[in-house]
Amino acid sequence: MVENRPFVTAVSHLTLVVGIGIVCLPLWIAFVASTHDVSRMFQSPAPFWPGTHLVENYLAVLRSGIGQSANAPVGTMLINSLIMALVIAIGKISISIVSAYAIVYFRFPFRMGFFWIIFVTLMLPVEVRIMPTYEVVAGLGMIDTYAGLTIPLIASATATFLFRQFFLTVPDELAEAARIDGAGPLRFFRDILLPLSKTNIAALFVIQFIYGWNQYLWPLLVSTKESYYTVVMGISRMVNVVDAAPTWNLVMATAVLGLVPPVIVVLVMQRWFVKGLVESEK
Amino acid sequence: MATIDLVRVRKTYANGVDAVKGIDLAVADGELIVLLGPSGCGKSTLLRMVAGLETITGGEVRIDGARVNDKEPAARDIAMVFQNYALYPHMRVYDNMAYGLRNRRMPKAEIDRRVRAAAETLGLAELLDRRPRQLSGGQRQRVAMGRAIVREPKAFLFDEPLSNLDAKLRGQVRVEIKRLQRRLATTSLYVTHDQVEAMTLADRLVVMNQGAAEQIGTPDEVYSRPASLFVAGFIGSPAMNIVEGALEPGGARVRLGGADGPALALDGARGAAAGRALKVGIRPEHLVASSNGPLALAIELVENLGADALLYGRVPGGAALVARADGGAPHKAGETLRLDVAPRHVHLFDAASGRRLDG
Repeated sequence: MVENRPFVTAVSHLTLVVGIGIVCLPLWIAFVASTHDVSRMFQSPAPFWPGTHLVENYLAVLRSGIGQSANAPVGTMLINSLIMALVIAIGKISISIVSAYAIVYFRFPFRMGFFWIIFVTLMLPVEVRIMPTYEVVAGLGMIDTYAGLTIPLIASATATFLFRQFFLTVPDELAEAARIDGAGPLRFFRDILLPLSKTNIAALFVIQFIYGWNQYLWPLLVSTKESYYTVVMGISRMVNVVDAAPTWNLVMATAVLGLVPPVIVVLVMQRWFVKGLVESEK
Repeated sequence: MATIDLVRVRKTYANGVDAVKGIDLAVADGELIVLLGPSGCGKSTLLRMVAGLETITGGEVRIDGARVNDKEPAARDIAMVFQNYALYPHMRVYDNMAYGLRNRRMPKAEIDRRVRAAAETLGLAELLDRRPRQLSGGQRQRVAMGRAIVREPKAFLFDEPLSNLDAKLRGQVRVEIKRLQRRLATTSLYVTHDQVEAMTLADRLVVMNQGAAEQIGTPDEVYSRPASLFVAGFIGSPAMNIVEGALEPGGARVRLGGADGPALALDGARGAAAGRALKVGIRPEHLVASSNGPLALAIELVENLGADALLYGRVPGGAALVARADGGAPHKAGETLRLDVAPRHVHLFDAASGRRLDG
């Protein structure tokens, strides 16, 4: 809407500034807390401006963790989280794009049956199936492995469904033209469908990367060794210390570090989104 | 260069619908056959069966004498131009044309030569690096043609290739297609619902209705001797007048409408059809003004189209007729105009079967 009314402009700016303030204040406080020493964190009021211990705090958590129940260095946790998020995102996209391809482009017995089975699992969050899944993973000896962390979360009805909807919008004639041009099913998938899905893949990658990164309950269950801790569960373990107050400055430093990779992914992939939205291909 | 033979080709869908009910057609080498009919008549289904995109449920399709019923589309060596062109949106024009050749593992130099030659022919040389969405409708259509040409296939299959173009461009591209097909002398099947396209392009026409071929013949045959009421009504604009009629005793003349209707001479006695319910067909353009003609048309409405005028009216006996007159002719509603028609332009059809009756 293009309007030239100063009052409306002022109100909308005010609304936006307040909104941004509400979103950013907790992040600012977390950052500020990560720059003070531990004694300052127990004085009232809590600090609002950065202190002088930034480098010291961050180096401490990256190298050695913070003792007590969370000894693993945050660097290791970050790498674990990164592996988990990447494997889940890439795995989900690969599996669901292939299943969507099968469901949309091939006629086989019980095709719709399979589709509905996948579709119904959309309604089941990880938490609902967590006990049986744990049982299976434990039975296969996958506790404390990267496979155990990632494989159970890879199957994705959402992504399959999204790719299916996208494939249905691709004109049938494109597949027919490719058939006449001598492209078999695999070649059609690789040369035509995959390039056309680029922007969808980028969008899903962002969503699934963040989904994988933010997993909490599942890593908590299947990792018992500190070398397999992820950063999200690591933070919560840091807070649950026995017989002592949490070292909030270090916890917050970890939280800020845990925030950085998803932000980078969003910033980098954002350009792809916008490109996909602006030059819509059809 | 190839012949295409259809032998009692049928298509029955799983739900029992007969889309194509046994078509026989022999397409000679280099011939352009147009499949014409209203939507849903099975013409596209028939074309897609030749292409291999639909399974054939009965009969045989032969290309160059060899049965191709169970061959993949790519193995039939045909090229198809789709209504929406089906260009690959993410590929440059060059790659769109080269894609089918690369899949056939043709040497790069040969691909390049063919693509550039086709682009030259079609006036696409400047556009080879563009993507389809940067092209106009007419240019996309030409790329689709180019993709077919570079393959140098045995046959071209066109599925309503002009219906996404505006009227002016359509006429222009139609001429280009005709010229190209003549020059390459490639056997072609062309599906359309537009009779102007069909009449101008076709060496022979197949007029289809409800999955069956009503008539197969040259445009001239189909126009001047329609084999059935359906063909008579479908070909020609404005549509042929079709009125009730009855043979006079002896069968040399036919009376339009009721007992007091005018009688018209025929170009041959139809004694065998005496007593049967008949339909009489007369094209508006064959009704000519004649001071002592047998038809006294009481004009009810005049539509002036510029070049000519359509006169709507009735003759004694109640039969409604449309006649075409020159645009400048001073006819008005309420007047009576005497018209005549040459005996060879009076078509008789059996009312029950719809088939043409010849003398």
